[in-house]
Amino acid sequence: MTEPLLEVKGLKTYFFTDRGIACAVDDVSFSIEPGRTLAIVGESGCGKSVTSLSVMRLIPTPPGRITAGEILFNGTDLLKVSEKRMRSIRGNQISMIFQEPMTSLNPVFRVREQISEVLKLHQKMGKAEALDKAVDLLRQVGIPSPESRVHDYPHQMSGGMRQRVMIAMALACDPRLIIADEPTTALDVTIQAQILELMDNLRDNTGAAILLITHDLGVVAETAEHVVVMYAGRVVEEAEVKDLFNDPLHPYTRGLMRSIPGTSAETDRSRLEAIPGVVPSLLNLPRGCKFNERCRHAFDRCLEAEPGLLAPKTGHLVRCWLFEDKEGE
Amino acid sequence: MTRRDNPDKLVVLKGIRKYYPVKEGGLIGEKSAVKAVDGVDLDIHRGETLGLVGESGCGKSTLGRVILRLEPPTQGEIYFDGEDVLAMSSNQMHGLRRRMQIIFQDPYSSLNPRQTVGGIIGEGLLIHKVGTKSERTERVRHIMEVVGLRPEYINRYPHEFSGGQRQRIGVGRALALQPELIICDEPVSALDVSIQAQVINLLMDLQEEFHLTYLFVSHDLSVVRHISDRVAVMYLGRLVELADKRELYDNPLHPYTRALLEAAPVPNANVVKNRKGLTGDMPSPLSPPPGCHFHTRCPHVMDRCREKVPAFQEHKPRHWVRCFLYSDKTA
Repeated sequence: MTEPLLEVKGLKTYFFTDRGIACAVDDVSFSIEPGRTLAIVGESGCGKSVTSLSVMRLIPTPPGRITAGEILFNGTDLLKVSEKRMRSIRGNQISMIFQEPMTSLNPVFRVREQISEVLKLHQKMGKAEALDKAVDLLRQVGIPSPESRVHDYPHQMSGGMRQRVMIAMALACDPRLIIADEPTTALDVTIQAQILELMDNLRDNTGAAILLITHDLGVVAETAEHVVVMYAGRVVEEAEVKDLFNDPLHPYTRGLMRSIPGTSAETDRSRLEAIPGVVPSLLNLPRGCKFNERCRHAFDRCLEAEPGLLAPKTGHLVRCWLFEDKEGE
Repeated sequence: MTRRDNPDKLVVLKGIRKYYPVKEGGLIGEKSAVKAVDGVDLDIHRGETLGLVGESGCGKSTLGRVILRLEPPTQGEIYFDGEDVLAMSSNQMHGLRRRMQIIFQDPYSSLNPRQTVGGIIGEGLLIHKVGTKSERTERVRHIMEVVGLRPEYINRYPHEFSGGQRQRIGVGRALALQPELIICDEPVSALDVSIQAQVINLLMDLQEEFHLTYLFVSHDLSVVRHISDRVAVMYLGRLVELADKRELYDNPLHPYTRALLEAAPVPNANVVKNRKGLTGDMPSPLSPPPGCHFHTRCPHVMDRCREKVPAFQEHKPRHWVRCFLYSDKTA
């Protein structure tokens, strides 16, 4: 087993609001090795995006604060380095692809200026050199006639093109880790397939690791090797992708999979197995297991105490009392 | 199977076109048009769910709005239950609006934040002067119960509800006047999967209970597969394929339908996908390519695809496709 590139240990990111403390990320741990894709999957408000922003140290403070944990990148704890040092890592060794290619590019600058900016800043490139590199990057991400498109403004491009530009910017300084936060959510399926394929190829060619944040289990199944499922700020299940899809353990993961239309054999207008209720508010989480109000297996213990992460099978972690006796079997 | 062979057509569309004029190149530029819907013939049968799929900008939402006459078509005929919708006076149209409703995609922006739930659901009743005030309140409370909202929340505002509950308000609003047809315009796209399943179940239960007809507009192939009886596929303003749900998914004919089905990610880690898929983007509806609109991305493109538009033909019984691979006829 290779040394992990990124190791997050016991991360807690809380938001201190007028109405109380929102524990957006509560004791989250995971690690990624170089050249691998780890997916964090969950529904809105589960803390997956806050986790990725914490790794980048981009949590708006106040109200947010990382109150505990370590984020080891190549052995250095990112939470202990100075802001100046962090700025030299951001966009350089760790880069980020955001969800909305429409809003995350600056509309008043040409594509060449936006890509060159990182190159000039981190690699001290000159203007001409940066332009050459920008054209080269656009070619790498599959933009046709990059020599002319590099002079375009974002509005002259389609959504898929803009997301390619975002990826080109993220790749500019040969990052070791790429954080992709819902990179294909805003795109149509045929374009989504192109972008996912592109990200796979780039990872294989550059050896970078990808931290993929998504709500789409289909995207997870196709691109990730390792999966972390989050619910209400906690990791509720973690496994290799095949183990997770073939044998989901946590009632929440199972419910999620069953509620996707077309996954059961009977697709003919049968009722879907919905998870009842809604995600609890982070300001007002239930006692015990945070999923107990929606769980059909909930029993007394779930209402009183929160289970830890148990390992009923090697390499497969689950936060659920149902598996307490089965640990290590 | 008499109903299937001779279905009761609730809506009949003939040659619907919807063009939006645009001016190019500033003040003195030449006039052109976005051909959002470009010649659609389609029937919606009473009691069915007709799925309408396609990617953004293909004209599927515009078609839904044209059916309701929320937008007048540039050309074409619309019949609702045998009556010519476009020939109706505004008085007649007012009466017809009770019979057709719409559920919008975004439960955040489609509900008036300054109106209570009771006001939103009851607005149609008020406009159409249904019953007395207390009867209307009673009806709203009943509708709230039917769509799974607690009637005691009748005086609350939309911001007090979650996304899934808001969509239930939207469904309740559409249901209040007991319509026959509901256009569902991406009703679950903005919702999380676990909530999405709740709303899909609700829509299916309501259809059974109130004998509703749905036009279900969506970009999500698996949702459409689950809920529809028949499915129509649209690309750049034109229908390219139409068939019974099972036939369409088991035996897609049009290269675009095939590409769509292949591109959709499957939540199954054992499936090794060859993600070759389509190259390129959908062309702009401002300047669609001549001939078959799909020819710029089609792996089977032939010379005549670049020049002539293939006709929409019934290749097999009840399975329609617009492609020169199956017929030489032009439109």
